[in-house]
Amino acid sequence: MSISNYIVPVMVILILGIAFFTKTDIFDSFCKGAKEGLNTTVDILPALIGLMTCIGLLRTSGFTYILTGFLSPVTSLLNFPDECTPLVLIRPLSGSGALAVFEDVLKNNGPDSLPGLIASTLMGSSETTFYTVAVYFGAVKIKKTRHTIPSALSGDLTAFLTASFVVGILCL
Amino acid sequence: MNFIIFFAFLISFVLAILSGSTKEYTEVLLSESASAVTLCINICGSICFWSGIMKVAESSGIVKKIAKLLFLPISLIFKGIDKNGKAIGYITLNIISNLLGLANASTPLGIMAMQELYKEEGCQGVATDNMVMLCVINSASLQLFPATVAAMRTAYGSDNPLVILPAVWVVSILAFAVSVTVAKILSKTFPYKKAVEK
Repeated sequence: MSISNYIVPVMVILILGIAFFTKTDIFDSFCKGAKEGLNTTVDILPALIGLMTCIGLLRTSGFTYILTGFLSPVTSLLNFPDECTPLVLIRPLSGSGALAVFEDVLKNNGPDSLPGLIASTLMGSSETTFYTVAVYFGAVKIKKTRHTIPSALSGDLTAFLTASFVVGILCL
Repeated sequence: MNFIIFFAFLISFVLAILSGSTKEYTEVLLSESASAVTLCINICGSICFWSGIMKVAESSGIVKKIAKLLFLPISLIFKGIDKNGKAIGYITLNIISNLLGLANASTPLGIMAMQELYKEEGCQGVATDNMVMLCVINSASLQLFPATVAAMRTAYGSDNPLVILPAVWVVSILAFAVSVTVAKILSKTFPYKKAVEK
């Protein structure tokens, strides 16, 4: 983990170093770029407000927990522990929500139990899909996302379908 | 998109009525906008910082060199991308910071890559194939070392916090391969031109 404390500074110093030796006007370029960053942030805010509210509503309404019950025939077929089902459902919707559910699984089952291992694998191998799509497409005001959501969710689905099998082979 | 938003608001309200949590529903309805603003404020500084550093890298010619190095693998995934454009440079750095697990760096870089794609491929509110691909790649987790998961496993007293590493890699690669393949196939089934005409 200590490596990651070196990567960022080394990357920045490398860039500044090369710029210095190629006689680039460092501070002038930096300020220009930083100002562009300000516009980027302002551009993404309106879309973000709408979409985050949308995701938040789905989360609080208990939509995900209803789906858990609905999915239990499928999960039992895959030997997928029920404890991890809420994680699968909330993972694409909310990063902090997923972290909360993940913490819950670790606390109640232990990190080295089967649900603990599967939950860890899922957390490490998937992303907050809807959030990513909202932020990225919000930045350029895309309304028609075409096949983005189905493609991205097919990845999440793959993680869900293979996690308990892969954990069984590689971790136990 | 119109349908999804309406549907999400409606179904969650119906569920809130059924479960008697309309109070929470209203709270979220009124407060989530604030958390969007908080998020923007939180990432604003780092977006500005990285975009400043990237500008330095750009004017000194580093971005072009890195992009040339990684052009072949990236152009296999991103079809018809401008070899000398800014977009490919940002995409490359976005992928690198994803691999290294630098979330604070990768999101701003990804957003900037998206805006460059927008300038290069000029679309009218419809995502181009390359924009979809950038999104799909970022919603898969290509991470060599899942630091947060490892930290939480340690915190809850795991005997071997890193025992999950091989499983994480295998599952990530499978998920990444499937989502990129599905995106490739679907981009042919539902071509960009048809989406624009609609």
